Amino acid sequence: MLIQQLVNGLTLGAVYTLIALSYSLVMGILGVLNLAIAELFMLGGYFGFAVVLAQLPLPLALIAGMAGAALVAAIIERIGYQPFRTAPVVTPMLSTLGFSIILQNIATNIWGSDPLQLTDEVFAERFDIGAVSISAIQLTVLGATIVLVALLAFLVQRTSIGRALRAVAENRDVARLLGVSAGRITLIAFMLSGSLAGAAGVLIGLHYAAITPYIGVEIGLKAIAVMVVGGTTRIWGALIAGPLMGVVEVMTVAYGGSQIRDFVVYGFMILILLLRPQGLLGGSRRNQDQRV
Amino acid sequence: MSAMLETPPRLQLDRVSKLFGGVHALTDLSLQVAPRQIVGVIGPNGAGKTTTFNVITGAYRASSGAVMLDGKAVTDEPSHRIARAGIMRTFQNIRLFADMTVWEHLLVAQPHTGSALQRLLPTRLANPSAIARAQEVLEFFELGDVRNRLARSLPYGLQRKVEMARAVTARPKLLLLDEPVAGMNHDEAETIRNLMLKLRDDGLSILLIEHDMAFVMNLCDNLYVLDFGVLIAQGRPDEIRVNPAVLDAYLGQAD
Amino acid sequence: MTMSMYYAGIFADVGILLLGALSVYIILSTGQLSLGNAGFMGIGAYLTSWLTVMVGLPLTPSLLIAAIVAGIIGVVVGFPALRLKGIYLAMATLGFGEMVRSFFLNFSAMGGPEGFHGMQHVSTGTIWIWAILVLVLVMVLETSQIWLEIRAVRDDETAAGLVGLNATSIKVGAFGFGAAVAAIAGGLFAHHHVYIEPGNFSFERSIDFVLAVILGGSTVAPGALAGAVILVVLPEYLRFLADWRFAAFGALLIGMLVVRRQGLLDRALLRLALPSSPA
Repeated sequence: MLIQQLVNGLTLGAVYTLIALSYSLVMGILGVLNLAIAELFMLGGYFGFAVVLAQLPLPLALIAGMAGAALVAAIIERIGYQPFRTAPVVTPMLSTLGFSIILQNIATNIWGSDPLQLTDEVFAERFDIGAVSISAIQLTVLGATIVLVALLAFLVQRTSIGRALRAVAENRDVARLLGVSAGRITLIAFMLSGSLAGAAGVLIGLHYAAITPYIGVEIGLKAIAVMVVGGTTRIWGALIAGPLMGVVEVMTVAYGGSQIRDFVVYGFMILILLLRPQGLLGGSRRNQDQRV
Repeated sequence: MSAMLETPPRLQLDRVSKLFGGVHALTDLSLQVAPRQIVGVIGPNGAGKTTTFNVITGAYRASSGAVMLDGKAVTDEPSHRIARAGIMRTFQNIRLFADMTVWEHLLVAQPHTGSALQRLLPTRLANPSAIARAQEVLEFFELGDVRNRLARSLPYGLQRKVEMARAVTARPKLLLLDEPVAGMNHDEAETIRNLMLKLRDDGLSILLIEHDMAFVMNLCDNLYVLDFGVLIAQGRPDEIRVNPAVLDAYLGQAD
Repeated sequence: MTMSMYYAGIFADVGILLLGALSVYIILSTGQLSLGNAGFMGIGAYLTSWLTVMVGLPLTPSLLIAAIVAGIIGVVVGFPALRLKGIYLAMATLGFGEMVRSFFLNFSAMGGPEGFHGMQHVSTGTIWIWAILVLVLVMVLETSQIWLEIRAVRDDETAAGLVGLNATSIKVGAFGFGAAVAAIAGGLFAHHHVYIEPGNFSFERSIDFVLAVILGGSTVAPGALAGAVILVVLPEYLRFLADWRFAAFGALLIGMLVVRRQGLLDRALLRLALPSSPA
């Protein structure tokens, strides 16, 4: 039973990891909390759903979700971030809040407030390994997450784009001196973060076989807690914090009831903010430079 | 000379050290300011002058040593209590309240006046003494014309005056001025110099950081010279001017 | 529903939103953005309702007690909040608001997810008496010495400390005061709708408050009133927007931040309208 909950928790955790990485990219590089990410997550889910309902293959759904969310993220970067890039970071955060309101309204109007559901089980198979039953969709979620995280790691550590992202994370002025165009980098950061959130949306939609315009607020916001627990200054903290918080939440529901889940998740976040603000992986308090 | 008085000096630093990690920003610094004295702290860039100010005002905690105001230790007090005890400062890069007028700066610098109830009521009704004092300071600094201007919209020279005015409003015992005439022309610096002399005559002690040597030599009763956080010389301006250690420290720097 | 009932409902919403917006405004005036004031509103709603329904107290003392209790909780929240700045504080307050909502979801003694009812209905008039009282109180406070100190702390906390201001007590006190005002909003909400459930005090509610302040004016108390009016009344005039009102407000928020960051009303504008206010 416990192991089963662990598996369920890891699945939720995988989704959290992707969304937390998404928040963390923008936060780490630009210092901004992009509140619209919760809705990019939601939109990605809808885009993916549209593809699945059109009987197209699953990988295409993932790509559609990621690309669609990345596109919307680009729009947000141009209209919602650029005008405020020199303002105190709370201002662009409020601007992304405005976008999240717009996006949720658009989704509600296009697709309605009621859940969209997948009529036939996409991956109905379950595998039984000893006492544990894991569904094919859970395996898909976990597998896709691992692949995406690996791709992100490669991008960030091994490519020139990744180098540029890290440079801007360190110091925007120095980066400009070195010829890195900060404007282009922020656009890339936003789009990258959008694509991760979109992917998470597709995966959660497949996992629940349903999607509503409200999963952004229900699940997406909690990923902020995951980012904080992992460490806002170190994006890879999400790799630890995601599974951790996913398991914590699932355990809480299993043993404490569904009502109290948010209390526990956000409670963790606040504890970390107060006791260890750099997060679990954030290094010593002095070492705040390594962001990406 | 001040050591012979029974009354303690206005300000006394007793072997104050400040470490940042392994870096010694200040080492065993002792200095004194007597009542009605203008004392200068000079030295090359990075000598620890602003650090000294920060330790005195409580922005930094001294790693060792004591800071005493009129004989009473203020070493580990929080900043706002040190300010209320009578130590006020200005800043190297001016730190005015962006959205407040000159007049509002002078009013807000008086948190000590009035009971709690008085402070909840409109100032002009409940606290006439604060109004009167603000008016007095306004006139002393000749800021009447710009009374209702937002402080951040003023030209540089006036902003410096407002900063000094704000610091002086609560009738402090000791005023710390961090490069008060930086970037000023001769006339503006003259104005500040005269204001400082008037303040001194009114009973204020002043501790001054400044790079303008002519200004310092012409004004201070006493000088302390720092280099790399260590006191290398102290004395009257004419003594310091010819002190070989001081010349050495300065000549070693390209100013 | 008759026309007058409909308008009374709208009017009541404005009143409650005004109080909620004021609660955000008070805290924001010290430079702290709180995204969790719906949490204090919820505490006020549940506590007031418990006092009137279970204990049998009349509304006014219940509201006051709930305000004081919420104020104390606000002060308790305000202390750790001192360590957090800007976005981190916003995140923490977001978490706080969600924790309160989750707490009441789990609080079966007052209904849990089914909600709580049994309150006596109060009219729109009562709501507005409280709303006006609080608004006037804050406007009077804005002319006081304490408010100058609040503004100084917001502009430059360090410099304020070095002039002798106790930034800690100002910031923490603001949290307490804001929490108390939000609690009053909650208590009145509960008794106007005579039914409350945890979902009434969600992140979206906190955002409504923030939206009202940012749109209406974040540097003067009447801004909260302007914002509340805009958010509730404007959709009535923009019927054609119908299903798109939220998107419109999102766009309005972004537009306001670009064009006029301080919001609709500010000190300069008020001085034009009311030349008697002190310079």
